[in-house]
Amino acid sequence: MTSDPRIGVYICHCGVNISATVDVEEVAAFAGGIPGVVVARDYMYMCSDPGQALIRRDIADHDLNRIVVASCSPRMHEPTFRGAAEQAGLNPYLVDMANIREQCAWVHVKDAETTEKAKALVASAVARAALLEPLEAREVEVTPGALVIGGGLAGMIAALDIADAGFPVTLVEQSDHLGGRIAELNRTYPTLESVPELLEPLVEQVKLHPNITTLLNSQVLKVEGYVGNFQVEVQDNHQSSSFQVGSIVVATGYDVFDPHRKPEYGYGQYPNVITTLEMEQRLAEGDLSVNERAPQRIAFIKCVGSRDAQVGNPYCSRVCCMVTAKQAHLVKQLLPEAEVTVFYMDVRTFGKGGEEFYDETRKKGVLYRRGNVSEIVRRGDRVALIAEDTLLSQPIEVEADLVVLAVGMEPRANADSITTLLKLPRSSDGFFLELHPKLRPVDTAVDGVFLAGCCQGPKDIPDTVAQAKAAASSALIPLLRGTVLGESATAIVEEELCAGCGMCVEVCPYGAPALHALWGVSRINAVLCKGCGACAVACPSKAIRLQHFTEEQIWAQIDALVEA
Amino acid sequence: MSESGFEPKIVAFLCNWCTYTGADLAGTARIQYPPNVRIIRLMCSGSVDPTYVLKPLLDGADGVLIGGCHPGDCHYQSGNYKARRRVVALKEILRSAGFDEDRVWLRWISASEGGRFAETVTEMTEAMREKGPNPMRQKWAV
Repeated sequence: MTSDPRIGVYICHCGVNISATVDVEEVAAFAGGIPGVVVARDYMYMCSDPGQALIRRDIADHDLNRIVVASCSPRMHEPTFRGAAEQAGLNPYLVDMANIREQCAWVHVKDAETTEKAKALVASAVARAALLEPLEAREVEVTPGALVIGGGLAGMIAALDIADAGFPVTLVEQSDHLGGRIAELNRTYPTLESVPELLEPLVEQVKLHPNITTLLNSQVLKVEGYVGNFQVEVQDNHQSSSFQVGSIVVATGYDVFDPHRKPEYGYGQYPNVITTLEMEQRLAEGDLSVNERAPQRIAFIKCVGSRDAQVGNPYCSRVCCMVTAKQAHLVKQLLPEAEVTVFYMDVRTFGKGGEEFYDETRKKGVLYRRGNVSEIVRRGDRVALIAEDTLLSQPIEVEADLVVLAVGMEPRANADSITTLLKLPRSSDGFFLELHPKLRPVDTAVDGVFLAGCCQGPKDIPDTVAQAKAAASSALIPLLRGTVLGESATAIVEEELCAGCGMCVEVCPYGAPALHALWGVSRINAVLCKGCGACAVACPSKAIRLQHFTEEQIWAQIDALVEA
Repeated sequence: MSESGFEPKIVAFLCNWCTYTGADLAGTARIQYPPNVRIIRLMCSGSVDPTYVLKPLLDGADGVLIGGCHPGDCHYQSGNYKARRRVVALKEILRSAGFDEDRVWLRWISASEGGRFAETVTEMTEAMREKGPNPMRQKWAV
């Protein structure tokens, strides 16, 4: 752009999120004094409709040709402000942002230094903005089809929705059957429906769907490429196959907490101690007998492997309270005379019908005692639970014929391999990290890759189905549009400067640069370039420029930051 | 403010996919750290040109932090390995030129490690404060 920069700077209060620690008026006044800045304003919510309208009006009234918004992270609202600029006829790449919320207001206390930092970040963004160049949006064709990793409930639901919308789906399952963890369950809560009766028709539907290819005993070996065009390699027992898809749903599920890690409960040592999953089997068979006798006293222990920082799982597994209520309920149906005691820390029976079901379970005579069981010891054929009743504040001992450990959920032990395969970040609990906890719960940091089910965190059946349907509809967006925006901020070669050494060809992981057969200079294929900038740094002649992150722009940012 | 009144100035180059997002997460989680760090967002740690490291040091910054994805997690497959090799070479050059190479830090911080980002900045600010003002600017001006 040849015309002199005419920059508009907008400092967002974000309600009080920024203005509580940063003096936004002072920052706006400072920005107004930077050469090239024509308008500098502060406003309550820049991302709101009136906030965006302010930008559009200023572009028209003041003939602005660069916009700087100092607000939240560009990872949050860059598309919003680029859109506003575009509506006012400005190239969207002439917008820059200063991250004064996540990287300033939220991490520092209210004092002069925080405001000084905000000023420096604004100065840096203004310096870069002055040197920004317009770029053309580039559309890339999308491969019409999706990959779903994991053939459990979430994976099957997501696959069915995408397939029903008319797109081919490849469903990859590592075991030899569909159904995943839900196949180990007998009845749902709170409605006590038969799980096999829900699951079997679903599995049949998946198997018979003309748009779904199910690959059992299979692993995804490799994923390359980007949203719209991922190259996938899958390996089964015999052979590997390669294909291309437009979007990916990850539905790899969870692992069950191994109660051997709580040796004080004697799991594996006493035949009287079992897990909720083993109880599920016994309830399905209608046979609860221990040592060939129907149990008279049955105890449940909740939060085994959940809400337990000692085993590294501080989170709640969300299902165990209702699973326990359901199983206690079914025990009472099967053995009305049996004494059933549930040891709990808190009872969390949220969800539709959950609290009502819990009330009903207690009315059936199930006794809830608040307190953690510290140890289980043998008492002849029985075991004794040594605990503290925290409501009575006294130690108690309860004998039982059968103890059921309500085991929690954990991230898959092999989740690392998916992380490496797809570059998917994980949250501190080890489950895959969604892009935004509230507004983008199925999106990930990787465009075109979506999360469904318990791989993102513990969930019950309705939540899993809801999230799988959400992931499917998000995965359908690029497929239905048919094109996605390609990377515009690619690297370009100034051929006059190129010595044809081929260093760029060597460092590029995408094969984007190639030496021209006749002229011997490098040329970069914009379709293949992902804009990482490796070639620009490697080029000894400085003939390559990474657009939108040019040396001049970064140097200007450094100047502004160091001088400020 | 420290007793001496010296507050180090640190320029950080963070890759968009891991460390920049990790820094955002520190914000979302309200994890406090010293305001001495000024962040520049790049797409990849592999695009950190040696001049990006040298320029702030010569202009008077007291430290440069480069943040990238953990080994194996690079969004562009191998950019972080390129950054690692470059930083090793650059530190060697700084050392042989008589400059303090420990003013340049390279750290792997993922998108989920907001706490680790805050700890790194706190640790680096302390370390740079202990070193005192960067003498490179004066040396360069000779």
